[in-house]
Amino acid sequence: MIFSFDLLINAVVSGILIGGFYAAVTSGVSLSFGILDIVNIAHPAFIILGSYVAYAANSSLGLDPILTAIVMMPAFYLLGAGIYQVYYTSFEKRGQESLRGLAFFFGLLFITEVSLVLYFGVDYRYVDARYIGPSWHFGMLDIPLRILVPYLVSLLLMAALQIFLTRTFVGRAIMAVAQDQLALRLMAVDPIRIKRIAFGVSIATASLAGAFLIIIQPVEPSVGREYIGRVFAICVLGGMGSLPGTVIAAMLLGVVESLTSTFYGPSWAPAVSFGFLLLTLAVRPAGLLGR
Amino acid sequence: MNAAAVTAAAHGLLRVNNLGKRFGGFVALENVSLSVAAGERLGLIGPNGSGKSTLVNCICGTLRNEYGSVHFGAQKLDGLDAHERTHLGLARSFQLPRPFVSLSLADNIRIPLLYTVAMRRGHHHASREVEERCVELLCEVGLGDKARRLPRELTQVEMRKLELARAMASEPKLLIADEAMAGLTHSEIEDILALLVRLNEQGVTIILIEHIMSAVMSFSRRLVVLVSGRKIADGAPGDVMRDPEVERAYLGQ
Amino acid sequence: MRTPTFLLICLAVSAAVFAISVALGNDYIFFAGYVVMQYVVLSTAWNILGGYCGYVNFGSAAFFALGAYSTVAIYKLITENDFYRMPMPVLMLIGGVVSGVVGLGMGYLTLRLRGAFFAIATLALAVVLQTLIVNWDYVGGSRGAYIIRPEQIEPIGSYIRYLFLIMMLLAVAAVTIARLIEHSRLGYGFATIRDDELAAEASGVPTLRLKLIATTISGALMGMAGAPFPYYIGYLQPASTFGLDYAVNSIAMPLIGGTTSWVGPLMGALLLGSLQQIATVTISSAVNLLIVGCLLVVFVVIAPNGIVGLSHTYLQRKPEDFVGRRPVDADASGKVP
Repeated sequence: MIFSFDLLINAVVSGILIGGFYAAVTSGVSLSFGILDIVNIAHPAFIILGSYVAYAANSSLGLDPILTAIVMMPAFYLLGAGIYQVYYTSFEKRGQESLRGLAFFFGLLFITEVSLVLYFGVDYRYVDARYIGPSWHFGMLDIPLRILVPYLVSLLLMAALQIFLTRTFVGRAIMAVAQDQLALRLMAVDPIRIKRIAFGVSIATASLAGAFLIIIQPVEPSVGREYIGRVFAICVLGGMGSLPGTVIAAMLLGVVESLTSTFYGPSWAPAVSFGFLLLTLAVRPAGLLGR
Repeated sequence: MNAAAVTAAAHGLLRVNNLGKRFGGFVALENVSLSVAAGERLGLIGPNGSGKSTLVNCICGTLRNEYGSVHFGAQKLDGLDAHERTHLGLARSFQLPRPFVSLSLADNIRIPLLYTVAMRRGHHHASREVEERCVELLCEVGLGDKARRLPRELTQVEMRKLELARAMASEPKLLIADEAMAGLTHSEIEDILALLVRLNEQGVTIILIEHIMSAVMSFSRRLVVLVSGRKIADGAPGDVMRDPEVERAYLGQ
Repeated sequence: MRTPTFLLICLAVSAAVFAISVALGNDYIFFAGYVVMQYVVLSTAWNILGGYCGYVNFGSAAFFALGAYSTVAIYKLITENDFYRMPMPVLMLIGGVVSGVVGLGMGYLTLRLRGAFFAIATLALAVVLQTLIVNWDYVGGSRGAYIIRPEQIEPIGSYIRYLFLIMMLLAVAAVTIARLIEHSRLGYGFATIRDDELAAEASGVPTLRLKLIATTISGALMGMAGAPFPYYIGYLQPASTFGLDYAVNSIAMPLIGGTTSWVGPLMGALLLGSLQQIATVTISSAVNLLIVGCLLVVFVVIAPNGIVGLSHTYLQRKPEDFVGRRPVDADASGKVP
């Protein structure tokens, strides 16, 4: 009994920690899908791209993955802004986002993944950093630093995003763009520009999330697919675009997955997110914190 | 309640009972009751955001009301899907025209013929008959020569006419025309009004939702006023317009 | 052209293709042709839901794999218990039922919501089914399963010829079904769903029921396409069966061909499928898929109506004239669904 209690506590704590990382992974989708209503299913592929950028800098120059990711965020931002521009002119403006827009992002996902396969191969890659390896022990708790560090930085990222969205003019405009484009135009704000910025920011988070991912686990190009179910389940469960909701939903999913893999085996974990997603869609499409 | 409203309550074709709807904290409709008799010509007015469209959406099944009930003839509508209500004889035109953009005008009309009229009669017409009926309906609204065109080639007025023709095609007992005349010229409004009167004379009950007061006043035999989700007046148009509450809440703006 | 005539023409073309292939006397043609025909089925099936109704299914691989793995499960059951060997058409029927039921169930859960949710759910479905299969030892788990293909089948000759023939017949069936739907009451209903669901409901179209019909037909056809696959490949592995190539091809082919009529997916599959069969011989399969991905993006951005749309622009005709929804045949449309 004590043995399983020990397992339980460890599973819950590591679930919460992984959940923090999931929140960072989902934050970009919460922005693009939750707020802008752009179904960017390629987001996990950009996260993997972030992982490989961190890997390349780490393996050739020995740079810290998180530092690399922060430095690379502007580049990812520009990539996102560019993608939004194409998306806008090709689909949103013509009102064809539902079918062709989705196919467009699917194509991007595919191109990114296959390009990474062609360039890096299908072997698992990992990074080196001082915090990868050691663990902290608190009584029966066992916390690996390679999970704790991404967790803490993730929470910082979420807090920064929340401040950006609620306290800055551009952030507020992003929150408003989904609801009332006309009001924005009356304030002489170009909704397209605001959406471009928001989408750029959403892709910029992928840089950081990618670094977290490769710190936590070895990465190969198709790993991103496992995250598609996860990020959208979290986004929907978190109430589509609410960052606090995203954090709560991410931790919930993290704990459930962690319990599943502790008690049923890790090969079952990917199925949890899908169950979560279907259950949410069937029972509570407005999300946990939704009305 | 005036005499007309009393009669309507007794033999209502459409009976809305204490209907309520909220969007989050915003109360869109509050205890709205309304009865429409068969063959009536009812005008529904109210300022922007007064809940007119929400009421129409709740009656037609696009939105679900939170409390209250809607009856259509002997049938309770609550819980029925929008298409089932259409099958029962309830038709609407949308405030902003929503044509089927990939289908020709004739095919736009064909949809209610295939899915509502055929359904109701329990059998299909020969394709030639359906074809003829489509053109006939388009001719009635003056679009007969454009049957093979696509909706994107139409002007705003024509789009509204198509919207009406599609609603008429389902052979409704009750037609709700949601701002069918916004942005039209005087003579175009006359056209559409004449069309609606003709339909009414054929026995179709009509609820007209409109901002253009001259059109409402000339068309309606009874007027209902919604303000902030509540019904504040219901009666003969002349009486309603003299009602001090209506003047204050609606015309005073 | 009425449906029986169309079907006869298709069958005649198929017979001719088969006869020519036999005359060439190289079994490689059958191996390659099987894959192309399989893609005709997948892309036509995808288009029934995606092109006609406007609902994107990213989980083609999952539906395909369901068909394949139902065959494996039956194969195990039969070889272990020495049951009577089921003929391939029966296996295909079973695969179709399994996939159709899963499609129906998933549609029921997600199709009430916005289209994006359905798309996301199908993406996730592939991951989860793969998890289930990997954990299901009876069908081989992650190690995979071997299926022993009979050498010969009478009176056709080598088994691969038989598989090719059967897949070609399924392709004919799929295209005929798609064409029948397109020109029927159901097809009009699907088009209204694609255009405007609110207006469709207001015109009396039971949108949810129609969407479920589309999901079921589409899923069932994909499952049927997957059922013979274990016999074709001989060794079935989750990673390759759930591979992205099925998902991406079944989307890319209709979108590149053109989604509004049955011609698009057929052309897309024949073109892209054959190109890939030639290209896998000459270049690597990863490069091959990269090209498909790039083509998909380029086409959706610059040619929204695919090759069919392009050819009509070139011929100065509106695509709508060609797709031209004709009067419904009262007999073809049947009763109200």
